[in-house]
Order: sequence, then structure tokens, then C-alpha cells
Amino acid sequence: MEPLRALEEAYNRFSHDSSFKKELAGWLDSFAGRPTPLYLAANLTRHASGARIYLKREDLLHGGAHKINNTLGQALLAKKMGKRRIIAETGAGQHGVATAMACAALGLRAEVYMGIEDMDRQKLNVYRMKMLGAKVHPVESGSKTLKDAINEALRDWVTHVQDTYYLLGSVVGPHPYPTMVRDFQSVIGKEARKQILQTDGKLPKAVVACVGGGSNSIGIFHSFLHDLDVDLYGVEAGGESLSPGQNAAPLVAGREGVLHGMMTYVLQDEAGQVQTTRSISAGLDYPGVGPEHVFLMNAGRARYVTVSDEQALDAFKTLSQLEGIMPALESAHAISYAMKLAKSLGTKHSIIVNLSGRGDKDVEIIAKHLPQ
Amino acid sequence: MPSTSHNEDRIEAKFRELRSRGDGALVAYLTGGDPDPKSFLNNSIALIEGGADIVEVGIPFSDPIADGPVIQASSMRALSQGATPKGTLGLIRELSSQFPVPFVVLSYYNPILAMGLDRFLTKARESGVDGIVVPDLPVEESDEFRNLALKHNIDNIYLAAPNTSKPRLRTILDSSKGFLYLVSLYGVTGPRDTLSPQALEAVSSVKSLAKGKIPISAGFGISRPEHVSAIIKSGADGAIVGSALVNIVSQYIENPDEAADYLRDAIKKLKAATKKS
Repeated sequence: MEPLRALEEAYNRFSHDSSFKKELAGWLDSFAGRPTPLYLAANLTRHASGARIYLKREDLLHGGAHKINNTLGQALLAKKMGKRRIIAETGAGQHGVATAMACAALGLRAEVYMGIEDMDRQKLNVYRMKMLGAKVHPVESGSKTLKDAINEALRDWVTHVQDTYYLLGSVVGPHPYPTMVRDFQSVIGKEARKQILQTDGKLPKAVVACVGGGSNSIGIFHSFLHDLDVDLYGVEAGGESLSPGQNAAPLVAGREGVLHGMMTYVLQDEAGQVQTTRSISAGLDYPGVGPEHVFLMNAGRARYVTVSDEQALDAFKTLSQLEGIMPALESAHAISYAMKLAKSLGTKHSIIVNLSGRGDKDVEIIAKHLPQ
Repeated sequence: MPSTSHNEDRIEAKFRELRSRGDGALVAYLTGGDPDPKSFLNNSIALIEGGADIVEVGIPFSDPIADGPVIQASSMRALSQGATPKGTLGLIRELSSQFPVPFVVLSYYNPILAMGLDRFLTKARESGVDGIVVPDLPVEESDEFRNLALKHNIDNIYLAAPNTSKPRLRTILDSSKGFLYLVSLYGVTGPRDTLSPQALEAVSSVKSLAKGKIPISAGFGISRPEHVSAIIKSGADGAIVGSALVNIVSQYIENPDEAADYLRDAIKKLKAATKKS
């Protein structure tokens, strides 16, 4: 608890500090590549024949995903706190890569925990992390994926708490992580809201984003929470099916539980053992979800749906071929649902999809699934 | 279970009895149902017969974040044999009906929540559980659970770490019953060759704050008789040994009878080290 308190205190101090904010904004602009465009996907819109589909292009950020928004914020915070050793967990490897980048730029040491199953399916990102100077610790415990990487990072943290900062990659874990990561990611929604008002002169009918831990989705939802006419859709990984062990959709298929220091929805069996998850996208392969999403779901403010592996692959193909944009398999879940949603809405409306990452890291998996 | 067959405050009574003899408590941990229910029962009996003062049983969980590789592996072994919280409490019941030692159960919060707090505690009490440790339930979040545990006459045992602040330590001391579980190092459970440099210092600082109101037992990385002896001599009322025992279980999976013999032997040596002078 003491390190969490110290973190909360430091975060509260620096998040209101104008020089910290200015420094972070500088990194986000000139290092990460903000602001990202809001792109009208005209061909995809025509294809779906309904509402205009805008893509918030987080895939264009340095590193290829929204993750860098958070890692720059937290790495800067760690530096201010005087911590020089940074640990992180990673699923798809995007958070690990973004951590390695931020740490290299800020002169910090990065060590990343990654399940060996994820190391195998996201090899490219393992190489990238190593080239960026990070040490990658293979995790062989439990299900050997993201959940277990978090377990190992937490174990490392309690062991080296004096000199180590745990840079969590999503809106999960104990307080203050869900709040802090949301705040760092909320830049996505702030920009998107401003951009759509400029291009459309009005707010969108809906905002759609994929949900693993839930950081890109909460990041884009946050600025629209009070715009009650804007529908918010979180898309979870439907995997093979909604049967136990065949998906990574805790909001749709799980129930209340406690995991990684948070009370949230968890995929679990009757006895409370956390279940293994399954999704084609390593970044969504997590049995829990950020607690704020549970709040939004129960408050009726956001709706949570699922998209299967197969549908995500189809969406990947569609977006790549119609728009010349290869989405990350994670983001392809959001694209898939957005096409369906666009069709059901009239052409007067528009929707924003958070294109949270690019698909370069996934080419190997996709090549296996889409033989041509 | 009515108090006729189960005296209340059996844990503190045990500490009192030991203290009057100039002795410290040896708390011996095994993971419930590891490697299978029958071997677990035999191993537990070996610990009790070998001289364990309090038996601590872990409820296997899929994500034991406070545990190192040894106890993680034991949880996985037990789960692969179909261990459940209910089944583990059933095993404790078999033991508590035969032996008068106090039983402490260690469970992560989610299995308790899944069963329902009240149902879990009712079952635990019926099984002869005297105290409970929930490593991922911080004192700040535990009012509901603590009150229910009190109602069921189960001692709520909290953990404190070497970096726990004084104000928080006071809250933990005030909230704990049975004993305070002092984590003797920065890290997770697991056998260590030497006692952590923080251990003795942590014992004496917690001891001075506790002012004798509640027994202090130290655990994590306490593996050998000389560790136990040093911990007790530094003022702790008890020493908790877990991974070192689970390690023995894991080494004799193929010959469970041998595991029990080695455990009995190990516990005798550990127990011999609890004398205060």
C-alpha cells in the first residue's frame, strides 16, 4: 500500500503542475507525433453504406499504438519521483515497446515481463523491445499471457519497491493506476471531440473502441461522457465463442471479482479461479477489465459488445484493402463493430472509431489465417 | 460450530501457553490439496505430529500474486487435481476433528468473494478454522470482511511489511486478531538461504508498536531452524515457515510417504529452534 500511496501523491502533485504538463505535452507532440488525425474513411463508409466512419489515427503514433501516450506520462512521472528502474508488463508487446521507447528517450532502464505464449505470437515486438535497450523477462507461470505478466511485474515490484517504478499499461490494477492511465490516454478523446466539431460541426452519433484492459477506449470515451447523445460502444474480444475459456470478454461473459488489486468484472469459474482467455489478438487477451468500464456499463452510459476472431480478421482485410490502412488485430475488433453500426444508422450521422494501433505486428498471424 | 467444541480465541490462547513456557510458535504452511487430497492430509498430520503449533492452509488460487515459484507451483498442482475452496475447507475439517491445533486459512480474496463472504466464513468456521489471512485485501478495504469474520469468531490476520508506515501499522495492529503476520522482507514467499536484513529490524519496530497487545509472527523467506531461532530471539512471538515445507512436498511427489517423513523431520528441527532462550 505504501508505494501506491506514494505514487498517488506524486501523481496528484505532478498532474496539476504546469511545468510537468508542459513537458509532457512537448514529448507527446514532437516525440510521439500528436495530435493524430481524424480521418474520414470514405471508402469504408461507402462499403458500410450508412453513417460516416471517422478513424482516430492513433496507429500513426510513434511505436504504432496509443500506448505511448501513457508510457511518456508515467515515465516522466517516474523520473520526477527519482526512480530509475522501470518495469512493465506487456501482452501484444505494444505497451512494452512504448515503455522501451519512453525509457530510452528519458534515460531510464526498462525491463518488460511478457508471457512466453505472447512472445511467440508477437515476436516482432520482442525484437523491437530488445533493440530499444529493454530487457525482456519471459513469463512461464499460469497461462503464460498478459495476466501472468502482470502477476510477475507485481512480484518484481514488491521485491524492488525502493528503486523501481511499475509502469502499468492499461486502466487496470490498484488505484491510482486506472485513474492515472485514463488521464494520460484522455488526450485521444479531447482531440477527437475537437476535430469532429471542426469537420462535422456537430458531435458524432457514436464512438467505438476495442476493450482489452480498456485504456484506448476509456481514453476516447472520457471526453464524450457528458455528451449524452453520443453512444459509447466498447468492443470486447469474442474469440471463438462466448463459452468459458473461448473468449476475452469479461464485461459480456464474466462477473464481479477481484484481480490484480481491483474490483471489476473477471472471467472466472464458479469457485473464483480466473479462467484462461482466448483471442486472436494478444492485446485483448486479458480476463479482467478496467473498473471504470464496469461503472459505465452498470450506469448504462456505455454498451459493451463482442466481435469474434473471424469477424476481426474480416475487418482487418476490409480496412486494409479499402483504405490502405492495416489495423492492429485489437483495433480490427472496433472496425468490425463500427461497420455494422454504421449500416444501422442513417447517412446523416457519423461515428468515430478509435484506430488504436497499426497491424504491422500482426502480419505473421494474419498471414497464417488469410492464406491467399 | 458451537463454542462447546471449539473454544474461542484458540490462536491467542496458543501463544499465551507458549509464552508461559518461554517458547515461540511455529506456524507451518501447506497448500491445501497439494499434491493431492490424501497426501495433503498425511503431510499435515506429519506437521502436527512433528510439533507445529499452528497449521496454516492455503486455498489454491489461479493467480497467487504474493507467492513465489514454490507456492505458485503447489497451487497449480492442487488445482490440476480439482482442488476447490470448499474441498480445501473440507480437508481442514478432517484434520481439525482429529487434532486440537489451531488452523489458519490463507486465501486470496476472489475465491472468498465467489463463494460469498458470509457463506465462506460460515463454512470455514464449521471446518474448524480459527484465523484467516487474505493477502490481497488491504485493511483499508476490509471493514465488511473484518466485521463478518468477527461475527463468525474467526481471527482476521493482517499482513504488515517492512515499509508499512507507522500510522498504517497502528491501524493494522488495531484491526488484527490472533496474530499480526509480519512480512519479513521486500518480496514474495519463497525459501531463502539467509534471513533478510530487514527481518530483525522489522520485528523489533513492530514489536515496540504492538506493546504486547497482539502476538507478532514473521513469515516470508523463513526457511531454516537458524532463521526461526533468530526471529524468535529478536522478539517475535512466532515464525511462519511455508515454502521450505512446500518444497519438500514438491520433491517427493512420486513418493508421498517419504514426503511425510521428511516433513516430520524438518518440523522437529524447526520447532526445536523456537525456544526463546
